[in-house]
Amino acid sequence: MIPLPAPKPEVLARRAQIVAALQAIIPGDGVISEALRLKPYETDGLSAYRQPPLAVVLPSSTEQVAAVLKYCNAHGVRVVPRGAGTSLSGGALPLADAVVMGLMRMNHIKQVDYENRLAVVEAGVTNLGITKHVEADGFFYAPDPSSQLACMIGGNVMMNSGGAHCLKYGVTANNLLGLTFVTIEGEVVQIGGTYLDAPGYDWLGIITGSEGQLGVVTEVTVRILRGPEGARAMLAAFDSIEVAGQAVDAIIGSGIIPVALEFMDRPCIHACEAFAHAGYPLDAEAMLIIEVEGNVEEQDRLLGWIKQICNRFNPISLKVAETAEESLAIWKGRKGAFGAVGRISPDYLCMDGTIPTGELPFVLKRIGEMSASYGLQVANVFHAGDGNLHPLIMFDANNEASFHAAENFGADILKLCVEVGGCLTGEHGVGIEKRDLMPVQFSPLELDQMRGIKGAFDPQWLLNPAKVFPLEGNPIFATIPVLNAA
Amino acid sequence: MTMLGSTYVPKSEDALAATVATAMVMGEKLAIEGNGSKRALLRPVQATRSISVRGLTGITLYHPTELIISARAGTPLPEIEAALAEKGQHLIAEPPDLAALFGSSRPATIGGIVATNLSGPRRIAWGAMRDHVMGIRAVNGKGEIFRSGGRVLKNVTGLDLCKLLTGSHGTLGVITEVTLKVLPAPKATGTVSIRVATLEQGIAALSAGLGSPFSVTGAALLPEGDGGIAHLRIEDFEESVAYRCGKLRDDMARFGEASIAMDTQALWQGIRDAEPLGAEPEDAIWRVSVQPSAAPGVVASLRAAGGSKFLLDWGGGLVWVAAPASEAAHQAVVTAALAAQGSFTLFRAPEALRGSVAVMPDELPALAAIARRVKAVMDPAGLLNPGRMRAGQ
Repeated sequence: MIPLPAPKPEVLARRAQIVAALQAIIPGDGVISEALRLKPYETDGLSAYRQPPLAVVLPSSTEQVAAVLKYCNAHGVRVVPRGAGTSLSGGALPLADAVVMGLMRMNHIKQVDYENRLAVVEAGVTNLGITKHVEADGFFYAPDPSSQLACMIGGNVMMNSGGAHCLKYGVTANNLLGLTFVTIEGEVVQIGGTYLDAPGYDWLGIITGSEGQLGVVTEVTVRILRGPEGARAMLAAFDSIEVAGQAVDAIIGSGIIPVALEFMDRPCIHACEAFAHAGYPLDAEAMLIIEVEGNVEEQDRLLGWIKQICNRFNPISLKVAETAEESLAIWKGRKGAFGAVGRISPDYLCMDGTIPTGELPFVLKRIGEMSASYGLQVANVFHAGDGNLHPLIMFDANNEASFHAAENFGADILKLCVEVGGCLTGEHGVGIEKRDLMPVQFSPLELDQMRGIKGAFDPQWLLNPAKVFPLEGNPIFATIPVLNAA
Repeated sequence: MTMLGSTYVPKSEDALAATVATAMVMGEKLAIEGNGSKRALLRPVQATRSISVRGLTGITLYHPTELIISARAGTPLPEIEAALAEKGQHLIAEPPDLAALFGSSRPATIGGIVATNLSGPRRIAWGAMRDHVMGIRAVNGKGEIFRSGGRVLKNVTGLDLCKLLTGSHGTLGVITEVTLKVLPAPKATGTVSIRVATLEQGIAALSAGLGSPFSVTGAALLPEGDGGIAHLRIEDFEESVAYRCGKLRDDMARFGEASIAMDTQALWQGIRDAEPLGAEPEDAIWRVSVQPSAAPGVVASLRAAGGSKFLLDWGGGLVWVAAPASEAAHQAVVTAALAAQGSFTLFRAPEALRGSVAVMPDELPALAAIARRVKAVMDPAGLLNPGRMRAGQ
């Protein structure tokens, strides 16, 4: 388990006063302090870690957010911002002396402007909610993390979420125009606006992906895009991982950029097929899902070229969807991958390192060897175009040794990702999960400089503390004893 | 390290770091540059010496199938573009060549392009330079070498200092190496051009094009009289370009006479480099960022204030303005940009003007305080490009 700093005794002692002060800021039912009602907030998508917070506030306006932050800053109270709580890295895990600030009540779409291709939405609007709101007019919001039904745009901004289609459309950072941002002092500032590339420091860029370390985002101006005339998928299966990797290289080398290029290994294919009956080839070692866009003739042409390329690598199965329904069927297994693995093993850790795509065969071979030595099964699904791996490590949460082994296995995979030139996290964030691995990727000087920037925004380290940056070497935690989370 | 006049030209990253560390001890303020091609951009730097990265050159890694290229900061842009072209790829943000605009005889360096976050027409569809900087190496104001990002396309590990440094004009660190995402270059480029009677109609045409399902990758409006010519670019495989240009032309007929031209790379290169703006050598040049629908209002108010020249790119979201340099002309641009809830940059001007006015909007007070603290972390002695962006920043 990853250690957390001990709660501040003086804050715990003042709990009743703090709750009363928060209730004065947010009247009605916007403050939660009863143990039973705090329970749903004790964890997020990294459910192995649980910690009930001091209290939860559910503000419904930027003004309330600002007033709560101002109070907490003045009284040294830690704050953990939270969207839908779908973080897979423990980004929204509470601390015992922290107020969780849930933004789900700020769920209004305030403006949609097709002429300028933007939408202004509150932080608690779901990712898919934006697309649902504009799709009847042919538009969509591009980043599409797997959790898009539940996850909220405020959380997407904080984690710089990606998705299956970022090879073409980019990640969250590439699809934003502006933010309403509240500093820990309670100052409300507009970052960016409704235009591109404001001169001056790129606050939008540094806040995006900052994991709640720098401030709280209450409103987001996103770019919305007109969708293509159509899209269609194909499936290509190969009898070795190396060959599938070569096919990916050949596709990209040909000048075609598919809108999505997903890779699944044998255990993942089997799990998904058993779950979704998508018609996946069970004799394959590796399978690609490739999607292209355009009108029907453009789709046919691109899929035809990709088919020709794949044929050079002796595929054991090639299936081009003829209709939109067949496309959906191909995607059905992939989209259900996490649920499918959940059926085989009730507990799994979803890792998220990125590697240079050329290292794929080596990395998957090493993961296979580690799987054998740890005695834990692993299924691999990943975004092949951009090298973002998602090994799913299966374990038994009722068995402490199994969980520890899974955590160690995951850490070994991430170290391997860094070793081959990649990084610890491609889209899930560092959170609590990968915090203590940061020195694998960054030098002490680099970590100190990032901590300095965190401190420039949040001098008392009250915002989502004990995440992202290792406690060791951090002067702010030097005098605070450390506890285990569980 | 060699010294040319008053410019340090270190030959390695370590030497550059040592030079900055020494400058910190000596309290010597440094102007940061590559080839100096954009020396006249923004405010004059208040420094005693220059330090150039032009001694740090060369592509250090290029993996076409991984869509990644790394180069030392002083590598000339044309060298990178040529290496990419050889493999059928290109820089996604289409950075401009401003040699003509700034009267420079030397090519821009990749470090300079990143430090200034300059993007061309493709920005509207595929993002800015800042969107494609995947990794960076730099030296901070203490002479310490640091990295952010890496050499992979998806990376959310730690704070994204690549974005903080991109567009910071050398005020937070000296960029020594960059890693960029690249993409296959299109096989064909076609343009649908629409003659429009008013700028409002022109913006409506560009918005309709960008709101179409045909992947428009350039949307510019060249004013002529009360109206002008709206251009929409399609880049892709030949068959797709032909098909989509046809569809787009049919759709655009409602805005004015529409025609198709193929092989229009030169037109877009001109727009990229602001040639159609027609700035006189002594004119000042501004870039105004607004939401596209506000662009005609910006142009109208500046026309009322005097005879400016204009070029609209990014669907109308980028308004290039040229006019004889004066504080009054600058104030007119500032007023128009802020009234339209946009932003502005005084891009080129005689030293007297750019030294005496705010060349970009002031930071809000809460952000100005954060900016001072960030600067204190990265460049505590205030050595790097002092005064480049704002007085004291």
